[in-house]
Amino acid sequence: MAAIRVRGLSKHYGALTAVDGIDLTIEEGEVFALLGPNGAGKSTTVEILEGHRIRTAGDVDVLGFDPATGGRAFRERIGIVLQQTALERELEVAEVIATYAGFYPRRRDVDEVIHLVGLDEKRAARIKTLSGGQKRRLELALGIVGDPDVIFLDEPTTGFDPSARRQAWELIANLRTLGRTILLTTHYMDEAQNLADRVAVIANGQIVAEGTPESIGGRAEGAATITFVTEGLSREQLPAQAQSGFDEASGIVTIQTPNPTAVLNDLTGWALERGVELEALAVARPSLEDIYLQLTEEGM
Amino acid sequence: MRHRDLGLVLQQIRYQNRIFWRSPVSAFFTIAFPLMFLVLFTALFGNDEIGSLGVTTAQFYAPALAVFGAASATYTNLSITTAISRDEGILKKIRGTPLPPSVYIAGRVGSAVWIALIAVIIMMTIGSVVYGVEIRGSTFAAAALSFVVGAAAFAALGLMVAALVPNGDSAPAVAQATLLPTAFVSDVFIVTEDTPAWMEALGNIFPLKHFVAAFGDAFNPTLGGSGFAWSGSENEYAIGLHLAVMAAWGIGAAIIAVRYFKWDPQGHRRGSRRRAGRAGANS
Repeated sequence: MAAIRVRGLSKHYGALTAVDGIDLTIEEGEVFALLGPNGAGKSTTVEILEGHRIRTAGDVDVLGFDPATGGRAFRERIGIVLQQTALERELEVAEVIATYAGFYPRRRDVDEVIHLVGLDEKRAARIKTLSGGQKRRLELALGIVGDPDVIFLDEPTTGFDPSARRQAWELIANLRTLGRTILLTTHYMDEAQNLADRVAVIANGQIVAEGTPESIGGRAEGAATITFVTEGLSREQLPAQAQSGFDEASGIVTIQTPNPTAVLNDLTGWALERGVELEALAVARPSLEDIYLQLTEEGM
Repeated sequence: MRHRDLGLVLQQIRYQNRIFWRSPVSAFFTIAFPLMFLVLFTALFGNDEIGSLGVTTAQFYAPALAVFGAASATYTNLSITTAISRDEGILKKIRGTPLPPSVYIAGRVGSAVWIALIAVIIMMTIGSVVYGVEIRGSTFAAAALSFVVGAAAFAALGLMVAALVPNGDSAPAVAQATLLPTAFVSDVFIVTEDTPAWMEALGNIFPLKHFVAAFGDAFNPTLGGSGFAWSGSENEYAIGLHLAVMAAWGIGAAIIAVRYFKWDPQGHRRGSRRRAGRAGANS
């Protein structure tokens, strides 16, 4: 069953179109990442799904509710982590979590939540003494303390140091094993790659690509890049398919091919025959970041 | 409303109280500042009977300054802290939880009124113990009712200011620039033999003078009566008219607050930058 279904979603601000006809289906238990540059419409889309903004047109269904009219019963089943850190400086970590827990009929244990986000040692600390990353983790704690079925994470790890980010990823992965549906927005390709079952790339208010992180934007079928370095060879001495990608100054050969296996077979056969070493030989698929940049630039 | 919402209101009151007491600046201005005036005025003018009024300096000033403290706790604090919480995104975050907005606002108002009560009790206790301010049982009920109506009206006015100001930076200026001048025409700081008529009339328009009169006259031993009368004669304590004026201000303010209250951060802090980003992406 789909946890989130969106059909033809649009949002206009006067003459400005922020979201321009989006369709999305996110299954229960899925981790879905919305990728896109600033101003592409991803935050607007998420805020409409959260009930923070009213759409101009389209159908939205989250857990069987229309977020615009779902009210309290709807909010009891979702958890929202906003982009902006919004915490009362003078209160203690456990005080805030316990207070937020009181809003929900179904709730997680406060100590369990503190442990989940790795703030055990900061339990009784005033919020103003926390680092930026610790404050974001507290926000994450407030987003999950109501044991929500759908969790919205708007750029959940922005400002984290690398180890805090790994920890947050583990936490998000844990939530997935509990069968929670997670919709996250992010700028970080590695985050989407690590966490998401599926990714949609949004540009100019439209979804320009959608799929698994491995296949999105024709990534699986896209051209692979083979590179190696030769020494003391001229262009004419190279096999035919390597000649056009030869850079004489550096000796680097770059070959783009949809069939890397066959090309590699030819290359290594040629090299063995002549006793040539293919130094620094590498085969690479386009990274998610390459695909993302390509897609969002096309959209501009 | 659900049956457990009353518990949530109490929880929110405690939550807001905690934030207040841990912010020394607001606690100082609300509790200590009016007390300083009482100490200063009695030191400057002596604590003898003021000729025109027939009561001691402290007997006149303690209730007036208690009301000023109550107005600070409700009007000033509520407008500033609510506007700042909106800027910080706290109101928006609350709006995304199942906590009903009415419960959240009730918590903030309840906390402000509670703090106002504490400010009043401290002022009247020190006035009574240190400066011999007389507290009468016969007018106690009317004084208590005046406090509740006045504090509620000023809380509504505070929420109205919070709803109308663009951000937390402008809230203190608006709150102070309205409360302080009003206090000068509302018998809080100055007592003169012959106030100019226009100043008298100006004071009568605003709710603070009525709050001071309704609450303060309960502690004026030259007045008789329990206070439960519409409008008293020269020598009678009466709160009816004063409560009506305060209630009118409070209800009007509440209507405006409900109409214009915003939960999302406003102004130039975030929103416009985002909108500019969107516009750029679409151009």
